[in-house]
Amino acid sequence: MSNSSNLPSNLKYTASHEWVRTEADGSISIGITDHAQELLGDMVFVEAPANGRKLKAKEECAVVESVKAAADVYAPVAGEVVAANSALDNAPESINSDPYGAWIFRMKPDNAADVAALMDAAAYQAVVDSEAH
Amino acid sequence: MTLKQTPLNAAHRAMGAKMVDFGGWDMPVNYGSQIDEHHQVRNDCGMFDVCHMRVVDAKGDGVRAFLRYLLANNADKLTLPGKALYSAMLRPDGGVIDDLIIYFMTEQWFRIVVNAGTADKDIAWMKQQAAAHAPQLAITSRDDLAMVAVQGPNARARVWQVLPQTKAATEGLQNFQAADCGEYFIARTGYTGEDGFEVMLLKSAVEAFWYALNQAGVKPIGLGARDTLRLEAGMNLYGQDMDESINPLEAGMAWTVDLKSPRDFIGKAALLANPPTRKLVGLVLLDRGVLRGHQQVHTAHGEGEITSGSFSPTLEKSIALARVPNGVQIGDTVQVAIRDKMLVAQVVKYPFARHGKGLI
Repeated sequence: MSNSSNLPSNLKYTASHEWVRTEADGSISIGITDHAQELLGDMVFVEAPANGRKLKAKEECAVVESVKAAADVYAPVAGEVVAANSALDNAPESINSDPYGAWIFRMKPDNAADVAALMDAAAYQAVVDSEAH
Repeated sequence: MTLKQTPLNAAHRAMGAKMVDFGGWDMPVNYGSQIDEHHQVRNDCGMFDVCHMRVVDAKGDGVRAFLRYLLANNADKLTLPGKALYSAMLRPDGGVIDDLIIYFMTEQWFRIVVNAGTADKDIAWMKQQAAAHAPQLAITSRDDLAMVAVQGPNARARVWQVLPQTKAATEGLQNFQAADCGEYFIARTGYTGEDGFEVMLLKSAVEAFWYALNQAGVKPIGLGARDTLRLEAGMNLYGQDMDESINPLEAGMAWTVDLKSPRDFIGKAALLANPPTRKLVGLVLLDRGVLRGHQQVHTAHGEGEITSGSFSPTLEKSIALARVPNGVQIGDTVQVAIRDKMLVAQVVKYPFARHGKGLI
């Protein structure tokens, strides 16, 4: 089995397999990693958190469901939900075909420093590698 | 724990399978996209490694009479050589030990195919019952045999392309009938709701057969698509839709349980003494989401539970089998608890899809 995941170096990552991208306006986009979508298989349903919802770091806030299983998505940092990607309602499979383009929701983080403190690609790769053993 | 491997393990890995622990077996869940594999079987054909399932031969004088007593369905329905019958094997209290298929080959030989996870206990039970009621019989687990299912509208043609020597003996097979072709035992059975064959052959020959089918254009299909295909076809999965705690009449198996004939069979008295209060129905989710096993179903007649649920690639909706109170009727709407929400589903008659088409 290959574990050479596709991991863009400009993103931050969590141990629960979310990726985080800081946007020009300071908000962050959150999706699930290539490794996570590969494990889950064909996506058929995405439920994003409501706009305005205040989240704590590591709080369960979204759900992605493949044919095979449902998986929770966690807030990578504390903050407020500012957008959901409604394009995924009718095209959940974009998470499979373009995991780093298919953001699930956006947050305004309480502290930008929390985002900077998340894992980089190399640290996340180490997490993926350790799960493989 | 070391996972058990079928003789096709290396072939799966060579074909890019994602392998998972399936009841202690290292099995392919998909070779890429489970949804593509599902459509492949509905629209063309695909092949499944079902070597983990167990073939059992029951041989000797009086084998039919023994099976008539052992099984809830009536072996006397089998009059044409090769014909197959789906049946539950019950405990004395009516719980389902396993669901299986028996093939009537001769009055001295019936072949039985049982589930992987239950094979050892099934064979122990059969031997125990045979010792008490038909000690002359030989019950043999055919651990030398492998099995490959080739399913889909083009499945039979592809098998004949690979095994032309078996065509004459198998082209006249009815649905649910098998032919013993020497090295190959070929049955027109399956678990997908499509036409096709299940082919039993020596373990030592199965890898070459698998690659030959692939050369003929048959794609490998993983357990993921196997589950959505069988769910759409309204076929039970042992351990999910029924088990030893479940009355078969509450698991959609009434059509396989013969309570009318005077014949006695193990579990019959318990079934007659405990009329079913629940039944298995189909659900189609009307809201957005995915139905899954063990979700609670709220109906006007009381609570029920989903036994199998998933996304139907054919219908592009979420579907499920659910055990609900008898009062629930086709067309009713019910509510299903999914996480913190109550979602609306409609009760439907299943199967949901067969022979390439949605039926809902």
